[in-house]
Amino acid sequence: MENLHELLHGFTIAVTMPHLALMVIGVLLGILVGVLPGLGAPNGVSLLLPLTFGMQPVSAIILLSSMYWGALFGGSVTSILFNIPGEPSSVATTFDGYPMARDGRPTTALATAFGSAAFGALVGVVLITFLASWVARVALAFGPPEYFAVYFLAFASFVGMGGAAPIKTVVALAIGFAIAAIGIDTVSGSVRLTMGVDELVKGVSFVVAVMGLFGIGELLVAVEEEVHARGVSSKIDWREVLRAVVRLPRHGIALLRSAAIGCWMGITPGGPTAASFMSYGIARRFSRRGQHFGTGEIEGIISPETADHAAGTSALLPMLSLGIPGSATAAVMMGGLMIWGLNPGPMLFVDQKDFVWGLIASMYVGNIVAVALVLLTVPIFAALMRIPFVIIAPLIVIICVVGAYSVSNSYLDVIMMLGFGVVGYLFKKLFYPLAPLVLAIVIGDKAEDAFRQSMLLSKGSLGVFFANGLVTSLVVAGLALLLLPLGLQIAHVLRKPGERKSIAPDSEDTTRQKVRVT
Amino acid sequence: MNVMSRLLLSAAGIVLAGTLPASAAWQPRKPIEFVATAGPGGGTDNLARAVQSIITKYKLTDQPIVVVNKGGGSGAEGYVYGKASAGDPHKVIFGTSNAWQQPLVSKVAFNYTDLTPIAAIAQDEFLLWVKQDAPYKTVSDYLKAAAASEFKMGGAQSKDTDEVLTRMIEKIGHIKLTYIPFKSGAEAAVQLAGGHIDSHVNNPSESLGQWRGGMQRPLCAFSPKRLPQGPKITAIEGWSDIPTCVEQGLDIPQYEQPRTVWLPGKVTPDQIAFYVELMKKVQATPEWKDYIEKTLQVDTFLTGADFDSFIKQDLDHLKQVAAEQGWLVK
Repeated sequence: MENLHELLHGFTIAVTMPHLALMVIGVLLGILVGVLPGLGAPNGVSLLLPLTFGMQPVSAIILLSSMYWGALFGGSVTSILFNIPGEPSSVATTFDGYPMARDGRPTTALATAFGSAAFGALVGVVLITFLASWVARVALAFGPPEYFAVYFLAFASFVGMGGAAPIKTVVALAIGFAIAAIGIDTVSGSVRLTMGVDELVKGVSFVVAVMGLFGIGELLVAVEEEVHARGVSSKIDWREVLRAVVRLPRHGIALLRSAAIGCWMGITPGGPTAASFMSYGIARRFSRRGQHFGTGEIEGIISPETADHAAGTSALLPMLSLGIPGSATAAVMMGGLMIWGLNPGPMLFVDQKDFVWGLIASMYVGNIVAVALVLLTVPIFAALMRIPFVIIAPLIVIICVVGAYSVSNSYLDVIMMLGFGVVGYLFKKLFYPLAPLVLAIVIGDKAEDAFRQSMLLSKGSLGVFFANGLVTSLVVAGLALLLLPLGLQIAHVLRKPGERKSIAPDSEDTTRQKVRVT
Repeated sequence: MNVMSRLLLSAAGIVLAGTLPASAAWQPRKPIEFVATAGPGGGTDNLARAVQSIITKYKLTDQPIVVVNKGGGSGAEGYVYGKASAGDPHKVIFGTSNAWQQPLVSKVAFNYTDLTPIAAIAQDEFLLWVKQDAPYKTVSDYLKAAAASEFKMGGAQSKDTDEVLTRMIEKIGHIKLTYIPFKSGAEAAVQLAGGHIDSHVNNPSESLGQWRGGMQRPLCAFSPKRLPQGPKITAIEGWSDIPTCVEQGLDIPQYEQPRTVWLPGKVTPDQIAFYVELMKKVQATPEWKDYIEKTLQVDTFLTGADFDSFIKQDLDHLKQVAAEQGWLVK
């Protein structure tokens, strides 16, 4: 157990007063940037970066990574309370977190989210601790065809397992792909779909899209239905926080399954976003209360949050061992590593043992510090829900407008955000699912790049997707998920020829609708 | 305002102007925005932030500096923003050679002539990298193997510096390469380590970790002379042990990526002079030397006519390659 020995040495570096203080500062700053509109982890970390140039590399990375944990937790707060996801990976948390908060249980929703996120992160760190070298080798096996297969699997799990009519899911995916294609194309280098608007060359920012689709879209629906006119009466109750956390082990299977999905997607290039979506999709399929997903189910919060944090944590490993940043925040930290005079890559584990194991140990401690701090803030955040809708609604509009503007100080983004608000409203009214649309906007262009790179490699032959065991099994799993509902339906029709049911109704949105009307 | 007070004011103005030193003809009057035409963590972003921290540390100007990232569309977002800010001397755009290369090969809404060149302040070298366990030890082995089977060359972006260099290698080495564009050099490096491509032409800093870790190694440097000697990277070799490509019989004597600094269009000579001086002062600091060393770039300073002729030369060369490849946009 050489790793264990190294880890213990790491703890002696990480658990010192100055480092613990840095963790607390980092986490608090992180929560702040996570909650504030338009800031987010990558911006927060890059603002803090110049301050770290004079520090020891270990202290610097502890400060920055603690800020990252804080921001990840903080990002879930706005998703749950206001339906505004701050990071792509917390979109799936809105599906059940927001209905639960609206239902008068914001404390439970937040505490559940934080508790399961911490569990996911810890599983991710344990994986890094014991399987570092193995994980690094797995990541190297991924070339463009394997990348594409992973993305394909994520998309397929949505078409096959999403509650909405498969054809509507496909339509939502297609619109998402079209939006993701706007801007400069990596493979040809040419400008696409900008329709003569010069500014669109930068593409459509994820933040702009989700703020509109979720924040404004939900607001329009709420205004129409006039049910939110009163604030949710939630007491500030510490026991509720404790109860929610104690209740978590009852959902052990969901926790473990989601952590496994998260780690897998974190090591492979799927990343936290794909992980949280896949975990949610699979939970809906396999949970006994699957049909209730979307109305504020506990497991609907546990699944995406656990997977998100497990993936986010394990994604730091490829950054350290291979120099591939798994996320925008990791990319900023890597820039920091270079400036501190360290070179991310395989030799980091050999040359800079103190740095690497100090960081890994700080991930254990930092996450515990982060979850303790956010759990303490739960009642304060939950109290926000008592503010009446007439006050909250304009606040949400301000958050969305400021958030969209601050992405790149552009009015066009604000207009687009409002446009997405209308699209979000229409999607809800017409029972089209939003999740596949967002998934396609976030990873659509990556999937396209990977597909076209594969085609360049193979000179146009699709055989490249069945060239080795890894890519074949990923593609076959994707195809199986895609065809599963079709197969079930055919079997259903064959068994009862007389009783022909229409395609499964959109459970997520209809049930959500019902909740709102009652 | 009456005639009298106007007279008084201008008189006061003359007196005030007379007391100022000649070098401070123009000074920024509000916060300065550094626009990095790359996302957070990219090479251009790191440069802008390094310059920012040096200026702040030595108090080279009274005004605060903020760095904003506008890296959308391979940097086009930042250049378009610079074009739209014509006449505003409080915005400084940090970029690379894609300021003049990109408008040539894709329909972006700017050209480098919309901006005012300040200086090129650092240059990144290019090397030819192969996988550690590849059978070829020299460039001629590589070229022989590549002639027998079409090699896959990875690189960052399409029709950008990496692909231009790839096409030059094809032409001068008499081989055919399949170019696979990735989002960044770091991605290409990992793909090479995994054996999914045969080679790439990364900058030293993009593959340094992989070289040290024994996952890939450089065959030659596209540089007129060997890289500066530094500490050994692997057990036996350092940067200066890498032969130049010309030494190895691949006749590409020089290929570099300049890091460039621009102001928006329609600024005054005073304002240009202020920023040229500012960059010179930054370059004189030990922190700058440290940054250049750690990121393995070459210190350089081109401004005025030298910078202009550098751009012209590079542009002529690119036009030739782009015309051969059919990349030019109409």
